[in-house]
Amino acid sequence: MSTVEGADPPVLEARGIVKRFGHVEALRGADFAVHRGEVVALIGDNGAGKSTLIKVLSGAQPHDEGEILIGGRPERFSSPVDARRAGVETVYQDLAVADDLSVAANLYLGREIMLGGLGGLLGLLDKRAMRRGAAEALEQLGVRIPRVTTPIAMLSGGQRQSVAVARAVIWATSVVILDEPTAALGVVQTQRVLEVVDRARDAGMSVVLVSHNMPQVLEIADRVEVMRLGRRTARFRAADATTDDLVAAMTGALVTEPEDADLR
Amino acid sequence: MPMRRPPRSDRPDTAATGIEPALGTRDRLHARLQEHLASAVSEFTAATALVVLVIALSFASPNFLTADNLFNIGSQTAVIAIIAVAQTMVIITKGIDLSVGSVAALAGVVGAIVVRDLGFSVWEATVVAIAVGAAAGLANGLLVAGARLPPFIATLGMMSAGRGLVFIITGAVGVYSLPESFQLLGNGQIAGIPFAIVITAIVAVSAAFMLSQSRFGQYVYAMGSNMEAARRSGIAVRRNLTAVYVLAGALVGLGGMVAASRVNSGQPNYGIGLELDVIAAAVIGGASLFGGQGRIAGTLIGAFLIAVVRNGSVLLGINIHYQQVIVGLIIWAAVYFDQYRRRRLEARG
Ligand SMILES: Nc1ncnc2c1ncn2[C@@H]1O[C@H](COP(=O)(O)OP(=O)(O)OP(=O)(O)O)[C@@H](O)[C@H]1O
Ligand SMILES: [Mg+2]
Repeated sequence: MSTVEGADPPVLEARGIVKRFGHVEALRGADFAVHRGEVVALIGDNGAGKSTLIKVLSGAQPHDEGEILIGGRPERFSSPVDARRAGVETVYQDLAVADDLSVAANLYLGREIMLGGLGGLLGLLDKRAMRRGAAEALEQLGVRIPRVTTPIAMLSGGQRQSVAVARAVIWATSVVILDEPTAALGVVQTQRVLEVVDRARDAGMSVVLVSHNMPQVLEIADRVEVMRLGRRTARFRAADATTDDLVAAMTGALVTEPEDADLR
Repeated sequence: MPMRRPPRSDRPDTAATGIEPALGTRDRLHARLQEHLASAVSEFTAATALVVLVIALSFASPNFLTADNLFNIGSQTAVIAIIAVAQTMVIITKGIDLSVGSVAALAGVVGAIVVRDLGFSVWEATVVAIAVGAAAGLANGLLVAGARLPPFIATLGMMSAGRGLVFIITGAVGVYSLPESFQLLGNGQIAGIPFAIVITAIVAVSAAFMLSQSRFGQYVYAMGSNMEAARRSGIAVRRNLTAVYVLAGALVGLGGMVAASRVNSGQPNYGIGLELDVIAAAVIGGASLFGGQGRIAGTLIGAFLIAVVRNGSVLLGINIHYQQVIVGLIIWAAVYFDQYRRRRLEARG
C-alpha cells in the first residue's frame, strides 16, 4: 500500500465526468476514486454536485462526458441494474423506497424470491421466504422496525432511512454508496448506521459516504474528497485533516490534489 | 438464503446494551392494527354503505331482495365490474384510463361485426374483442410509458380516437341481426348462474391473485408508489407499465363484448360516461388516484354499490338524473376520504 504502481486500481473510479441539465452544468469534469475496503467521504457545499455524481456512479443517471472504471476497467452503466451487477449499491438522498410496499417488499424490490416449481413459472412470489429473509437481515444489522410487513409509509423518517441503508448493505458486494444516510436520524440511529458502515468495511467492502457533518466525516472516513462547483478540488487523508481544512476546501480557500501515493 | 449478510461484528449492539428498548408487544399489535386498518378502512366503509343500502332497499321495495333481481344486479354490475378491475390496475400505477368507454364500444362493435359479416362464433368474436381492447391498451401504454404522455392525456386521446373509429366502422348505425348465440356472454346461464357473473368472478379472482401474489403485481404497486424508485430497483418500468395498459385494455375488450352481448347488438354509442362509473367504483373501493393503493375486493364492492344505487333508484321510481347526482356525491365522499387518509399518513411520516 505504498507505491502507486503496487497499488490495486480503485474499485470504483470516475474520471472527468461532465453532466448537464439543460444549461446547468452540475458536473464539470469531476473525478472520484474509492479503493477496496476504504471508507471515502464525499463532501461539498449544497449544490456542489455530490448527489449528481453519485447518481452517475450508480447508473441512475447517464453522464455526458468522462468515464467510469470498475477495478480499472472502463464500464458503461446504462441503468442501475448494471451498477448493481458490478456490486455497487446506493442509498440515494431521496431514499428511493416505495412507500406503499412493505419493508420486506422494499428490501427485495427488483430481486424477489420466487416460488419454486409451477408457482415460479407463473411468476408467483415466495412472500414467506422474503419476510423471513428480511427479518433476519434487519435483525443482524440491528435495524428495529415493528414488522417487516409494515408499509414503509408507516415508518418514522429515521426508520425509513435505516431500511434504505440496510437494503444497500445487504446486497452490495463491493461498494456501498450512501448519500446523506444520517440526515434525518437521531443520535442513536446515526450511531447504528455508522456501525453498519463499519461492518461493511470489515466485510471488505468499500463505502462512499456523503455527509455535511464534518466531525462525523473525520471520525468514520479513511479519506475525504471535496467537491466544489461540479469538480473535485481537494483530497485528504482523514487522519491528517482538520475540520478547518475541510471547510476551507469546500469554500474554495484551499485546493489540494496530492499524489495517490500520499493518500494511501 | 439468497441474501448475503455481513458477518456479525463483535462490537456490542446498542440494543443489547439497552440504549434503546426493543419494541414491546403492544407497539407491535398497534402497528399491526394500523396497517390493516389503513388498507381496509375504505373497503370497510364502502362495504358498510353497501350493506346498509341493501337492508334499506329490502324494506323499501319488496322486489329488491329477490333472486331474480339480485342476478339482474349481478349481470348489470358485470360489465362495470370487469372494466373497473382494469381501471383499478391502471389507477394503482398512478394512471387513469379515460378511454374505457370508447374502447369497450369499439370491441363490442367489432365483436358483433365479425359474427354478423364473417360468421365467427361467439367465442371467436370474444377473442377478437379482447384483442381489439389489448391493441388499444398497447397504444395507451406506449403513449404513457414510451412517449411519457400523462395518462390523462394519452387516454383522453384514445377516448376520442376510439369513439371516432367506432362511428367510422359502423357508419353510426348499430350492428344488429345477430344470432341468438351472441347473447351467451351477457344473458346466458351456466348451472343456473348468469354467465356474466361467472366471467366477472373469474376475472376478479385472477386479477386479485395476480396483484397480491405475483411479481408483476408487486411491480404494479411499486411503480405507482414511486416510479423512480422502481426504476432504480431495476424494474423494467417501460415494459411493465405498458403491460398494465395492455392487460387493462384486454379486460375492457372483454367487458365491451359482454355489454354488446347483453343487448344482442353492437352499439356505437355504448359506454359514453362509463369511465366515470368505473373510476368511481375503484376509488370508492379504496384505490388511490395518487397511486400505489387499491384492491380488487374494494373495487368490486364499489361497483356493486353503484349498481345497487342505480337499481334501487329504479325500483323506488327515483328519476334517473338523481342517480347521477347520488353517484357524484359518492365519488366526492370517496376521494375526500382518500385524501384525508393520505394527509394523516403523511403528517405522521
Ligand atoms: N434533475 C436536475 N435538473 C436540473 N438541475 C439539477 C438536477 N439535479 C441536480 N441539478 C443541479 O445540479 C447541481 C448539483 O446538484 P446536486 O444535487 O448534485 O448537489 P449536492 O452536492 O448533492 O447538494 P446537497 O448537499 O444540497 O444535496 C445543482 O445546481 C442542482 O440545481
Ligand atoms: Mg445531495
